[in-house]
Amino acid sequence: MSAGIKAMSVKQTVAKSRAEIFGNIRRGLGRKGNSGEASAEQKQAVQNRLNAQADNLIPQRAQLPHDEQVELFKAMATEAVAELIELDNIALVPQACADWLKTRHIDQLISASSSEINSLDWSPLLNADVDRVERVAQAGDIASLTSSFAGIAETGTLMLHSGPDSPTTLNFLPDNHLVILRRSTIVGVYEEAWKKVRAAFGGTESGLTLPRTVNMITGPSRSADIEQKLQMGAHGPKTLVIFLIND
Amino acid sequence: MPNTSPRVGLFVTCLADMFRPTVAFATVKLLEQAGCTVEVPERQTCCGQPAFNSGDRKTTADIARQTIDAFDGYEYVVGPSGSCIGMLHQYPDLFISTDPYFARATELAAKSHEITSFLFDVMGLETLQEKLNQLRFDGTVTYHDSCAGLRELGVKDQPRKLLQQVEGLSINEMEEAETCCGFGGTFCVKYPEISNRMVSNKTDNISNSGANTLLGGDLGCLLNMAGKLKREGKSIEARHVVEVLAGMTDIPAIGEADYDLASQL
Amino acid sequence: MQINTPFFKERAHDAMEDKNLQRALGNLKAGFPEKRAIAVSRMPEFEELRNQGRDLKNHVMENLDLYLEQFEAKVIENGGHVHWARTSEDANKIILDICKQENAKTVTKGKSMVTEEIGLNDYLEQNGVQPVETDLGEYILQLRGDHPSHIIAPAIHLNLDDVAEAFHEHHKRPKSDDPAVLMQEAREVLRDKFVAADVGITGANFCVAETGSTIIVTNEGNGDLTQTLPKTHIVVTSIEKVVPTLEDMTLFLRLLARSATGQEFTVYNTLSSGPRREGDQDGPENFHVVLVDNGRSEMVGTELQDMLRCIRCSACMNHCPVYGAVGGHSYGWVYPGPMGSVLTPQMIGIEKGGMLPNASTFCGKCESVCPVKIPLPKLMRHWREDEFEKHLSPKAVRYGIAGWAFLAKRPVLYKTYTRMATWFMKRWAGKKGKIEKMPLAGGWTDWRDMPAPQGKTFMQSWKEQQKAGEQP
Repeated sequence: MSAGIKAMSVKQTVAKSRAEIFGNIRRGLGRKGNSGEASAEQKQAVQNRLNAQADNLIPQRAQLPHDEQVELFKAMATEAVAELIELDNIALVPQACADWLKTRHIDQLISASSSEINSLDWSPLLNADVDRVERVAQAGDIASLTSSFAGIAETGTLMLHSGPDSPTTLNFLPDNHLVILRRSTIVGVYEEAWKKVRAAFGGTESGLTLPRTVNMITGPSRSADIEQKLQMGAHGPKTLVIFLIND
Repeated sequence: MPNTSPRVGLFVTCLADMFRPTVAFATVKLLEQAGCTVEVPERQTCCGQPAFNSGDRKTTADIARQTIDAFDGYEYVVGPSGSCIGMLHQYPDLFISTDPYFARATELAAKSHEITSFLFDVMGLETLQEKLNQLRFDGTVTYHDSCAGLRELGVKDQPRKLLQQVEGLSINEMEEAETCCGFGGTFCVKYPEISNRMVSNKTDNISNSGANTLLGGDLGCLLNMAGKLKREGKSIEARHVVEVLAGMTDIPAIGEADYDLASQL
Repeated sequence: MQINTPFFKERAHDAMEDKNLQRALGNLKAGFPEKRAIAVSRMPEFEELRNQGRDLKNHVMENLDLYLEQFEAKVIENGGHVHWARTSEDANKIILDICKQENAKTVTKGKSMVTEEIGLNDYLEQNGVQPVETDLGEYILQLRGDHPSHIIAPAIHLNLDDVAEAFHEHHKRPKSDDPAVLMQEAREVLRDKFVAADVGITGANFCVAETGSTIIVTNEGNGDLTQTLPKTHIVVTSIEKVVPTLEDMTLFLRLLARSATGQEFTVYNTLSSGPRREGDQDGPENFHVVLVDNGRSEMVGTELQDMLRCIRCSACMNHCPVYGAVGGHSYGWVYPGPMGSVLTPQMIGIEKGGMLPNASTFCGKCESVCPVKIPLPKLMRHWREDEFEKHLSPKAVRYGIAGWAFLAKRPVLYKTYTRMATWFMKRWAGKKGKIEKMPLAGGWTDWRDMPAPQGKTFMQSWKEQQKAGEQP
């Protein structure tokens, strides 16, 4: 009962706040349309701008032929302290994982269940006594493996997104995050990655509906909160390994 | 390209008027050397900055009108301070666009220049080069970029380019030459302790530069830094840049004793 | 949070006497400004990006109602909830209500200045909900019962030993003075908190109207754990953070990282667009956005509207010589430095906040590094004008200005006065060329000498020369 009254009062607070906030803004802007709102033309102008999805200035840096974009990606990712392992084809990923984990005495790999990952022959892990488990990550997990949606050359950034076969916890909770990146998915700048996102998730009735989360990741976790001195491995992965597939 | 003998109104600035007339005389000399005809309008006082920065807009506008009237008709207005000339550039903001003074303020702003910027950017180095090349100044200087000149008027390379023409003079840049010295007009008396910290940082950087002369383009900053150097017992001399460019360095530096003048009192 | 802004001068004095603080502040100068300068030099288009950032934010503010409506509609469409909060009290009430609905005992928190602004932690604690700060800097401060002194490096006022001491006391582990060990300790302790939390609260750097997304920009990854693991994610942010499209957000991401830490890009840029989707194995089941106003809507259409462009990068304070001398706590409330000197009077009132916009030399360094070109000195002057009009300026200032203005508006009188004043000062200095102490000039002469005038005023000498027919 009392909770109900409280909930009502919060609801009223929100409604009152909303009305006051919009009232202040419209007054401040001198809105002259119906009931003090923006005019139809002003509304249309904003819709047009939203629909245009126009690029702003795009720096020259990554406006390059694809091969050079890949080189730039490698340089920038390395500068951001990601570990880069190049492989000639995706079939080599299981062995590369096995080698990397074995060297560090890690015996479990928490894995995304994308078709890209599941279609591989994972026997090299068994041979190395590493257990591959498909699940969300939990506290205490040492290493995870995921696919990625794109690589962005401009700053050596990976783009990943959530989905049924790619739990987000895999990107943040384990100490080591291993990511598969196909050379063909590397783009120059963020704007090109958004175009890929629009192609994959747009075109619905209500325009673009993004996955729950889109992650842009540039190197492993870090903090400089103690005396402004940079330390690697704060709360997210201490190591970010990129398997770059030169397919 | 200016005409051959532009008529220039000198904006003296309060501090040059009261503390260091040499700076104003040096400015006149340089302008004349560069081919200008210089006049000093009688009805000028202060640019109005103390009122403007204290939030007294009405008084600022009153003083602005007086200054606009005083400098009516000159082709250029030139002063030895980025701060005061920067203030003249703010005048249009004080009037609504239908006020006749708005147009006149805009006109004044367009023709007002800080001295080193005027000499280098408007008159051109060639008008002065011969005179500068005849000068000699044996010493190492360091240059403080005063905030208003630097950030409001873009004065950075001009004084250095002019100084480079002087034989024997070398420039040692200090660390953080572009950081405020802590003067800030009324700031230095409203927040003396913070101001003191800022000027102490500045004098450290000045000493560390290894220069024996500090130069700058604004007397406010120079009085502040010279005063601190003196209090700290440092032997670095402080001068306005025009004193060097006009060859008037035989006059004692800022805050140095001048027995001859004193004995005349 | 308690308002100590009226004691700015006293706090600044203490700060400048505090050797440990001064040592810690020394790290600032060598850190952010130098890194920013390098990052900017690697991006030749940076100046044009700043212009576009300014223009785009102006466009947003001129259409703020429309973009907020679009954002709200899209969040709801994504399955999230939007709550509007006119005041801090409203916001706290809304957030507590959500926590109660979830029977929340503990909430984890990503770094958020808006939650500092509304005083959320105290409010939750008073109402039986334990907030746990997870950003390393904020965590250190929470252990110490302290508050941020900087908007992106909250613990910049502390030294290594302060952190070591706090951890030793609270973690009951052997004291270490190795930052790497201390960070590992925090990582381990907070792991359990992340997992146990019922609700995760983060801020947002931007809200994308097109997609109904909020984005957080972090280096540690704590914000991501905060918003991914609990059942409920609450985003607490403010109304001016909205941007039109993903492309527009991108413009600001390019500006933000470089202006803030001097990084090419921040490690984690994470978009949140509602609760977990069908088939998702993790992520929050409930997604709330609390949009805080707190005086911002009143800035629209006024001179202060320019301040709504601020993207909270901290470049202004990193480059401010006053901030560098006195540190963030001297400012006495949530937002320090030049941006704080403009924003604080709006939020706590000019009567209490008036010290801040006066504590500037107007050197303009802040404006010159601002990624969205906010005319910070001009806005500080706006507050001085407001103070002056309301007769709030100190009497000494008002009378001083009035006396000076009386003379400055009367050129003949002015010349007489300046001649006398100059003569007096010259006499006072005697043969020394400088004045070490003078009545009414203690503000100056307590700290530095006053160089003596040369003798006559220029106007006097000039007139004499003209009369004598001499050429100077």
